[in-house]
Amino acid sequence: MQTNMKQNLWGYLFIGPFVIGFLAFTIIPIVASFYFSFTSYDLFNSPRWIGLQNFKEMFTADPRYLHSLKITFIYVFAGVPLRLLFALIVAMLLNTASRAVGLYRTLYYLPSLIGGSVAVAIMWRNIFGDEGVVNIALMSIGIDPVRWFGDPTAALWMLIFLSIWQFGSSMLIFLAGLKSIPQSYYEAASVDGASFFQKFFSITIPMLSPVILFNAVMQTIGAFMTFVPAFIISKGTGGPLDGTLLYSLYLFKQGFEFFHMGYASAMAWVMLVIIAILTSIIFMTSRFWVHYESEGGK
Amino acid sequence: MKPKHVKKLIYHVIVGGFAILLLYPVAWLVMSSFKKSERIFVTADSLLPDPFVLSNYGQGWEGFGDYGFGTFITNTAVFVALVLIGHLISCSLIAFGFARLKFAGRGFWFAIMIMTLMLPYEVVMIPQYIIFAKLEWLNSLKPLVVPAFFGHPFFIFLLVQFIRTIPRELDEAAIIDGCNTFGIYRRIILPLIVPALATTAIFTFYWTWDNLLGPVLYLNSPSKYTVSMALNMFLSNETVSNWGAMFAMSVVSLIPVFVIFFIFQRYVVEGISTSGLKG
Repeated sequence: MQTNMKQNLWGYLFIGPFVIGFLAFTIIPIVASFYFSFTSYDLFNSPRWIGLQNFKEMFTADPRYLHSLKITFIYVFAGVPLRLLFALIVAMLLNTASRAVGLYRTLYYLPSLIGGSVAVAIMWRNIFGDEGVVNIALMSIGIDPVRWFGDPTAALWMLIFLSIWQFGSSMLIFLAGLKSIPQSYYEAASVDGASFFQKFFSITIPMLSPVILFNAVMQTIGAFMTFVPAFIISKGTGGPLDGTLLYSLYLFKQGFEFFHMGYASAMAWVMLVIIAILTSIIFMTSRFWVHYESEGGK
Repeated sequence: MKPKHVKKLIYHVIVGGFAILLLYPVAWLVMSSFKKSERIFVTADSLLPDPFVLSNYGQGWEGFGDYGFGTFITNTAVFVALVLIGHLISCSLIAFGFARLKFAGRGFWFAIMIMTLMLPYEVVMIPQYIIFAKLEWLNSLKPLVVPAFFGHPFFIFLLVQFIRTIPRELDEAAIIDGCNTFGIYRRIILPLIVPALATTAIFTFYWTWDNLLGPVLYLNSPSKYTVSMALNMFLSNETVSNWGAMFAMSVVSLIPVFVIFFIFQRYVVEGISTSGLKG
């Protein structure tokens, strides 16, 4: 008993900071946020209970919200698969014995290294400007220049391109996964006369599937919460015509520009539910396509 | 040429060429910072600055109003340093507790920690803001720095995984030699987890240096602005003439990021490959 008490004391001394931090900065805010989501609250007057009004308004009376949700889905479901595809292709190209691989790995990772910064968002904004490099390149191959900031769809794609450009960290994870596949599998397949694509679909993809699952989950969650590029590229407006009004940006504007704290809290809860659903869908479908070595092959 | 060499050449042309294409925007940013402002977009398709000027850096460094860019860099450095200290101390203590100590409720708190990993910041953002406003911490670094001293779930998890690979026999030997629990943490574990602490430090640096949302929420007087906020401000009061200055300071804001990367490349790459830290 004596030692037990002592052990508990030591344990809580060490994890104490986490417990205190969790209570103060996570659980109290979660409870408060849940409460605010059923209120009308402007930060200056005390919250007024309005029940499900915020949620009802979101889905029936706020076309901007539905639009923001829609473009965020486009952003996530176009951006994440393309980013993973690029990451996988490049990782496979780099999974050779060439001595230059170290250098290439660094070069391909660089965009991801700086990708979250304001500087890169500023750079991106200008590269896609009316007189920017992208339009000059388009004109030189005979395509009409795109008014990236005039057209909402083009502006959203500009953000998607930016997210695809940062495929470096997924690539590094894929590369580590590829290196762990025993070379003997490929050799055996070659002896049996398997083609490149046969090897790809029956060895590489199944062996890599746990890593693909991990990347898909992490990237989907991360993409859903994208804020900085949309904020900088549109100068905080989400324009043109709300074309870059990603979910996090609209939530931020509702909370800190219009002081609709209750509404923004409700938005945050819907976001949490959507992320939970997306993650569980990925995990639930994963048993059909993720292969774990320990199961003895499925 | 032998077919083997031709194949190799084609490989390097494709892989190298694609790398150049990807890095072109960065090169464009750096080169534009040496162009005269009014020529940046006229010569957008050419990388080489003609004439080559350094004046953008001087103009950008002056910042705006009474505050030079040096102020913003100092502010950011203080912010990053405090968060770094907070993460290194708190995460290593907490991780040691989870990985090595037996106590009632350990499983429960560990599960809670893993769950907070998945929690979007947006859910806690507004109440946190209200709490810090009530504490009268707005327009100071406190809301951005104090939480760092209570651990960060991702780094705690990373360190727990790392500590679990260290043989327990070392702890037992230390106990026999008369070490108490804190002594084991301090003398045995801490020196052995330096590589994992380095990963923690590097990614803390990146995330804090680039952080925009936190400073935008909590800081409102220009004397306290961070580099990210200053760049954002350049963008919002842009006039035709200060493009060059904005590009120049964008480049300056990226220099520490590159320098840290090239010094600690090995840790960065390993940190991502093994733990999936986003980059």
